[in-house]
Amino acid sequence: MLQTAVHELETAAELEKAIDEYENVMVCCGRMGPMCIPVYEAMEELEDERPEVKFYSMAFDSPEAGIIRNAPLCQGFMGLPFTVYYKNGKMVKATSSIQNYAQVTEILDEHLSEVIPANQ
Amino acid sequence: MDEIYDVMILGAGAAGLAAGIYSSRAKLNTLILNEGAIGGQMVLTNEIANYPGVETTNGFVVANTMKKQAKDFGCKIKSNLKIIDYNLDGSVKNVKLEDGREFNAYSVILAPGGRPRSLNIPGENDFKGTGISYCATCDGEFFTDKELIVVGGGNSALEEAVSLTKYATKVTIVHQFDRFQAFEHAIQEAKSNPKINFIMESELRGFHGNGKLNQVSIEHLPSEKRNEMKVDGVFIFAGYLPNTESLHGHIQLNDRNEIVVDADMKTNIPGVFAAGDCIAKRYRQVTTAVAEGTIAALSAAEFLRSN
Repeated sequence: MLQTAVHELETAAELEKAIDEYENVMVCCGRMGPMCIPVYEAMEELEDERPEVKFYSMAFDSPEAGIIRNAPLCQGFMGLPFTVYYKNGKMVKATSSIQNYAQVTEILDEHLSEVIPANQ
Repeated sequence: MDEIYDVMILGAGAAGLAAGIYSSRAKLNTLILNEGAIGGQMVLTNEIANYPGVETTNGFVVANTMKKQAKDFGCKIKSNLKIIDYNLDGSVKNVKLEDGREFNAYSVILAPGGRPRSLNIPGENDFKGTGISYCATCDGEFFTDKELIVVGGGNSALEEAVSLTKYATKVTIVHQFDRFQAFEHAIQEAKSNPKINFIMESELRGFHGNGKLNQVSIEHLPSEKRNEMKVDGVFIFAGYLPNTESLHGHIQLNDRNEIVVDADMKTNIPGVFAAGDCIAKRYRQVTTAVAEGTIAALSAAEFLRSN
């Protein structure tokens, strides 16, 4: 079990339910290691600031996390954590290794923000 | 005028949190402003085995315990913000944030910490997480039966090189000097490991690959001769840099951009103190940072009593 305030998903079914239920989902799949903790900390801060995004953690070593470890966007990753972003049920972005608050924010802005059509 | 704090601490690593605990417990109105993650480099430490009086633990647990202690004593902590200007002279010190907010205090403790030094060579950002790593404990197993390079010549580099031989078939340590800066026991352990090779007086000049790192350029410094080397991964342990760029012109720094302090953690400006990995010192440990934060807080309290 991960010692973080970010809600932990324990099964692949829980993840599938979350991405089905919510438009914007970010999941940090890691351990309690030095490259993972800063990502969880950024997510804890962002939970208040980004109500339109649901933030989750998932234990990298759980067999259930194969849904992230084996995702096409995570192929070739060789650094923890694997952090993935879903928009309307589809994985739209994935990063490997440590990310800081600014880097996560930039990805949220680019991939999980509201898209306003140009003619409005 | 906005609220004026007694003590404003810039940074929430080991030094900043220790200062916050001592300052707020002394009933001083204390604010910590923090630009990064709470705990600073402490949370980048997977295992802390030599903190006196504490069984082996990890940096995350220590950082969160210190944060809770500080808050329980009344310390306010604001995180993930960006300081864009300082006014440290005068009886009331002021900092301005990127979002327009300003904070004032009668004394300031600078504890912005440090960060791992990157190599700043072509390809480093492209292959982070796909061949380049800064944490052997985290990522070592991804390189099982692979060939690795470790960059650096200090304790971290040599100790992590040894730990990586659990996974890798071959580890090559690349170091810029002709001798190591690590403690002798770490050097001997690395030299006696049959999986470890050494390339001395050399630096990496570039990372290459197609979506995944597979080759590096290495320059032999005395001869300036470059070679290409096939490799599956590179672990970088090239020391630390103080986070003092934004303090240039505001406080006295030495030629390594470290804040100059005396034994009481006083800087060149009255009422401004500094502690932790940002100051000029030799040893950078959680224990030394905590001690300096403590001294800085006690010095700030004394300054407030006498001014």
